[in-house]
Amino acid sequence: MLEMINIAIKTIFIENMVFAFFLGMCSYLAISKNFNAAFGLGLAVIVVQLVTIPLNWFLKTYFLEPGALSWLHPSFASVDLSFLTFLVFIATIASSVQLVEMVVERFFPALYTALGIFLPLITVNCAILGGSLFMDERDYTFGESVFFALGAGIGWFLAIVLFAAIRQKVRYSNVVKPLRGLGLAFIITALLGIAFMGFAGIKL
Amino acid sequence: MSDTAVKQRKKEGLFSRKNLRYLLDPINDINPITVQVLGICSALAVTVKLEPAVVMSLAVIAVTSLSNLTISLLRNTIPHRIRMIVQLVVISSLVILVDQILKAFAYDVSKQLSVFVGLIITNCIIMGRLEAFAMGNKPWPSLLDGIGNGLGYGAVLIIVAFFRELFGSGTVFDIPVIPQSFYELGYVNNGLMLLPPAALITVGVIIWLHRWLNPKLVDVS
Repeated sequence: MLEMINIAIKTIFIENMVFAFFLGMCSYLAISKNFNAAFGLGLAVIVVQLVTIPLNWFLKTYFLEPGALSWLHPSFASVDLSFLTFLVFIATIASSVQLVEMVVERFFPALYTALGIFLPLITVNCAILGGSLFMDERDYTFGESVFFALGAGIGWFLAIVLFAAIRQKVRYSNVVKPLRGLGLAFIITALLGIAFMGFAGIKL
Repeated sequence: MSDTAVKQRKKEGLFSRKNLRYLLDPINDINPITVQVLGICSALAVTVKLEPAVVMSLAVIAVTSLSNLTISLLRNTIPHRIRMIVQLVVISSLVILVDQILKAFAYDVSKQLSVFVGLIITNCIIMGRLEAFAMGNKPWPSLLDGIGNGLGYGAVLIIVAFFRELFGSGTVFDIPVIPQSFYELGYVNNGLMLLPPAALITVGVIIWLHRWLNPKLVDVS
């Protein structure tokens, strides 16, 4: 159990999706202008990560891996469908985002209007597909992949909320004209990343 | 690919000025990374060394141009409601092709790029160009637009990778370029350049210079 929690903590702080792998940077830069939208999107990413990564783990273990189909019939033991990984993962993600969207629309209409266009855009958030691909590459077990999903989601949430808060303050400062907006956003992210590197010393 | 190009050129006439602009604008004025803010995710993680950056750029050029072409050919038959899924299927099939080719012919580089080849699927440049351009334009301009955006992306990637490799490891394409005498005088490679935040700072500075040279791009807000 402790190992699982370690995986979650490691993905939140040490191997943060944004600061260590630059995943989900597009929406991270685009949505962080508004704190509330950033908060909502962060929550949505946690939910979608928790749905898609375990789901993709099932698909990977029982359909895609070499020999994974042997539960159907022993003669399928030599079948290797792993070249279909990308296609299957992205299809899972697209459909679960659609499902999450429908659930949110039905039960949390306020959140739904706040998120607007950003909810469907989670489909093309690299952090989601990246999470599934890391789960595949690192060969996590089911339990590990659940905690990894939790960590990846919370890490992304933390990153975008921190960044949105800093950006609100920066709006009032007098920055060199060509550096305004995007250029400064990158440099702030770099400084945040350097701050997060301080966690690298933690031994888990 | 060259076959289609030749056919289209006969129909369309030539590389007219308008068509040429589709190819060249994304390199400077509407650069996908520094102006449109698309495709940052993968751009930064593969730029520690030049070699993976070049391979990544080539992969992205191939995927953007071919997916733009495919979607543009299909644009009148795709139902509006399910266009996202159709686009994703086209992109991910192309990415699977690229991934298999890399694994077959450049296994070391494909190991270095790890998940980032797969992440080309969610590279916002590709979806963005499909939505913004290929859905409403003819195949030949779409192909040019795809190549142009791929080149614009690749240009930034290669500039970043050049500086990170030069200052971080003192090499260019793994060939040492900083003379030994410098090291004897006490020059040390800058380890920070190899770490993730250096990529962000480098891109930040590139954006700064780009907007300084090209004032019409400056953010008003």
